[in-house]
Amino acid sequence: MKEVESKMLERAKVLLESGEVARVIGWRKGAFCHDPEPASFESVDELKDFVYDYFCGANLSKYLIAESKKEGKTAVFLKPCDTYSFNQLVKEHRINREKIHVIAVECMAKLDIGKIKAKGLSAVTGVEVDGEQVKVQTLYGEAVLSKTEIVLAKCATCNKTHQVKDEEIVLHERPVRDVNRFAEVEALEQMTAEERFKFWREQLSKCIRCNACRNVCPACSCIKCVFDNPQSGVAAKANDDKFEEQLFHIIRAYHVAGRCTDCGECSRVCPQGIPLHLLNRKFIKDIDETYGEFQAGESAEGKTPLTEYRESDLEPKDVLKEGK
Amino acid sequence: MYRIKKTDLNALYAAIAKTSGLFIPIRRADEVNFAVWGEGKEVSLETLKTVKSPKNAFFPQTENMMKFKTEGKSVEVVDIRTEDKRPFVVFGVKACDVKAFEVLDRVFLAEPVDTFYQSRRNAITVVSLACSRPEESCFCTAFGIDPTAPEGDVTTWLDGEYLYWRANNQKGEALTEKLASLLEKCGEEAVEAQRSQTKEILKRLPLAALDLSRFKEENLNELFNDPRWAELSEACLGCGACTFVCPTCQCFDIRDFKTNSGVIRYRCWDSCMYSDFTLMAHGNSRTTQMQRYRQRFMHKLVYYPAQNGGLYSCVGCGRCVNKCPQNLNIVKVIKTLGGEKS
Repeated sequence: MKEVESKMLERAKVLLESGEVARVIGWRKGAFCHDPEPASFESVDELKDFVYDYFCGANLSKYLIAESKKEGKTAVFLKPCDTYSFNQLVKEHRINREKIHVIAVECMAKLDIGKIKAKGLSAVTGVEVDGEQVKVQTLYGEAVLSKTEIVLAKCATCNKTHQVKDEEIVLHERPVRDVNRFAEVEALEQMTAEERFKFWREQLSKCIRCNACRNVCPACSCIKCVFDNPQSGVAAKANDDKFEEQLFHIIRAYHVAGRCTDCGECSRVCPQGIPLHLLNRKFIKDIDETYGEFQAGESAEGKTPLTEYRESDLEPKDVLKEGK
Repeated sequence: MYRIKKTDLNALYAAIAKTSGLFIPIRRADEVNFAVWGEGKEVSLETLKTVKSPKNAFFPQTENMMKFKTEGKSVEVVDIRTEDKRPFVVFGVKACDVKAFEVLDRVFLAEPVDTFYQSRRNAITVVSLACSRPEESCFCTAFGIDPTAPEGDVTTWLDGEYLYWRANNQKGEALTEKLASLLEKCGEEAVEAQRSQTKEILKRLPLAALDLSRFKEENLNELFNDPRWAELSEACLGCGACTFVCPTCQCFDIRDFKTNSGVIRYRCWDSCMYSDFTLMAHGNSRTTQMQRYRQRFMHKLVYYPAQNGGLYSCVGCGRCVNKCPQNLNIVKVIKTLGGEKS
């Protein structure tokens, strides 16, 4: 990853120095070894804090809505999964494609510091990745973990490839793996309605209505969300442990259905560890089964299953009959 | 000092719950939060940081305040407070969170007193729990807090075998008396040994030497106008995660909810990160995320201490450090504006 990082840094310098772009969007070093933050670099000098490592899990696509409105061109480093969100935002006319220079970068799966700590490790001072092994240094000693067990949920089942690139920095190809991203959804489908209700009831009861899932979501790109608008009549900050309140998440999943690229940011950012991506994946699976396989963000053009009418489309009453 | 075997803790919880409510870290759907204890619940005292702080024991995230019943042209105001008036014990509160109670008290118990808060606050006995495995995001020591001997009505320490127990005041003594049959007298050696061990780790924590000296009233204007707020806040999503996991955040919104039989007035936590925070008839006083971001940290590090004898309204619990979706946090603010990073 160090090699990739230095190539990225080199490219960022050239792009900024030549004036080809006004800014580069990437990641800045944090206070520890595991907390880089998304950042905009406008000069070579600012690049001294540039970083690209196994903790750069954030999807930078949504920032480009604002960046593409700024003066001059913006270069951005996008991982494979991020490019789907980028395409979707271009399709929805949120990002001005002309203003963005996409540098596709390799990913190799990102780590989840929460999962590392859940292994009982605390006071983490260093993390080294060596293939499938991850060596974690802490003030209480060292441990070696299996990488598969500590990658972000969104990386665990990812086989995505870059859909957009103006240039690329890919030194290693991530092997295509035999994973079924719908396995968790299938497990939920196997449950009885009561079990499933209990599962979601337990999970959603943890929600603190911080809106992190909504604010990070590239598909949630409304300029003003209906839930933030005091004039909408449904503006809601109250957080009550009632299922009615928790419908927020289900409503949100409906709103992004057909546009959600499964980038997994909702689950990555949830402070209460609610597996929100499973709601979206259920919709993706249903769309696949009902209208034929479709991956949002594969293209920045064309109609989508839910915005196109075909005579062969299933009628709602038939769906009801099937009891799905 | 007293002690009780870890394996007997369930009996202790049951004994407490017999005469009062018990609010304690409980694992539910993989996460640990303070919640009301009951048989069969999975208590996790080992968890260093609950996701939410225990402040919702007396400052719940949402609560109904009153109801307006309308009939013809008359309006009746009904008190619909339903909170448990029984005394209750908040158990397993860490040193940082105990200190946060003081920060909140200064706001809610100052004139005019918030009676909703006060009635619950007076009813609680705080049983604190010392930390023995602090982590990298902890920086309570920067605020003069000793996590190995937290304040509270009772202080406890946990090791592999026992929970050690010491009452600190009358309220604590009263609780101890009620539980006397479960507690056995013991010496302080084990606790002292654990404390000195933990103190060694505390010294080595990466944020142990966080320098707050620049954050004082006389630097208010200079800090407020610092151009680096733009860079510090640029990745902020404007969500409320940092404010809702924070033990000292105290802002709330009051809204009305229309029902068939009248209007319910409720209050709920608000976040200064939100675009409609302190929205007034003329519009919003802070229109950019940079301004909102700056407000949060200026409040914690400059405004609040200026009004409260130098007491910061951050206790270094590190929850925001762990929970910010984009890894922004108060530590980065302190390091950057405090002079460590230039």
